[in-house]
Amino acid sequence: MSRPQLARHCRLSFDRTRQRPILLLPETVVVLNTTGAAILERCDGRHTVDEIVADLGEAYREVPGAEVQRFLDGMLDRRYVVMIDG
Amino acid sequence: MADPFGLLAELTYRCPLSCAYCSNPLNMAEYTDELTTAEWQRVFTEARDLGVLQCHLSGGEPLLRRDLVALVASARDLGLYTNLVTSAVGLTRDKARQLRDAGLDHVQISIQADAPSLSDTIAGLPSFRRKVDAMRVVKELGWPLTVNVVLHRQNIDRIAEILDLAADVGADRVELANTQYYGWAWRNRDALLPSRAQLAAAEEVVRSARDRLAVIYVVPDYYSEYPKPCMGGWAARQLTVTPNGDVLPCPAAQSLPLPTASVRTDSLAHIWAASPVFTAYRGTDWMPDPCRGCDRREVDFGGCRCQAFQLTGDAARTDPVCHLSPDHAVVTDAVAAANSAVDLTLIPRPHR
Repeated sequence: MSRPQLARHCRLSFDRTRQRPILLLPETVVVLNTTGAAILERCDGRHTVDEIVADLGEAYREVPGAEVQRFLDGMLDRRYVVMIDG
Repeated sequence: MADPFGLLAELTYRCPLSCAYCSNPLNMAEYTDELTTAEWQRVFTEARDLGVLQCHLSGGEPLLRRDLVALVASARDLGLYTNLVTSAVGLTRDKARQLRDAGLDHVQISIQADAPSLSDTIAGLPSFRRKVDAMRVVKELGWPLTVNVVLHRQNIDRIAEILDLAADVGADRVELANTQYYGWAWRNRDALLPSRAQLAAAEEVVRSARDRLAVIYVVPDYYSEYPKPCMGGWAARQLTVTPNGDVLPCPAAQSLPLPTASVRTDSLAHIWAASPVFTAYRGTDWMPDPCRGCDRREVDFGGCRCQAFQLTGDAARTDPVCHLSPDHAVVTDAVAAANSAVDLTLIPRPHR
């Protein structure tokens, strides 16, 4: 089963000037919404997408699995997240 | 006016290499009175308070600053994402460990070609093997690594081999950046500008490599229809501090005839908001025709002010790279010259 993990060059942080969660990268900053940040916080290489969706559901009530998958697909495309196998 | 996201800290213009494509200024002697450790630490703090999130430690060769580890630690303690932009000359295993312990987030190592002979000729120093060794050390320490290659006429045919090398050392990202013609690169432009056939071949190699590697490809703007959206607009997102404390919207802007702003005399916040060097071309009010009435004025922001100045003598003109610019012929002439016989003689950048 593969498990998403934040890529090594990315760091999740909080921008106190703009009061938003952010993803820091070598040349860019991605300003995140709360849900995006909550998903990425859980991309630790130890939990599957299903487990992340379930965990988000506990924390936020309604988080559609398809939406989480779509967000992660975008992150994978940009290589901000990688899949760890096994 | 938005808050800046990034600080490019040009710690020194000293460099062991002498690459002819370097974008550092021609008048490097004016930058030898470098900021002290305490001055840089104040700059980082002011930058963070202004909204900066990323700190690029560059140069010249930043490893030549003896206080680099302390500077990294200060920037990291402020919460900044720290990126070291280095030739890797001087990046020993011991130094790398110290930098990692100080919290350095990311390392970008430049290489000049895929093999020792060409890479060392372009760099003006036997450095290829040390660079590759340093890349491996970076990966052994579990760091993210970007390999950066500045592309030009004399190495662009080697992209496939360069990408193989990057994959072999385990690079996380490869940045292939066509030369930007400022500083020393401007002086050497005619020997560096690639031909159209070279570019077409290079772009094909890049396209086919994208499934196996994260490749960032910076296009050569001389061959583009529209200019690059330089810095995301003048003084919009980033600021540069030069080794002696001058503050600029981009590293090339020292060439423009604007009054100097310095962290030695003013706060970063004041400079960002009110100094002429930052306000001169911010927004769209300064724009001439054809930019003023163009649909793309907030897409490419009129292109690059420094390139407009370099090619026309007036920084407020449309970037001549744009096919709509009345000065576009200066670019098409240079491109035509690059597609005929070219004298490949390069003038090396001095070390300091």
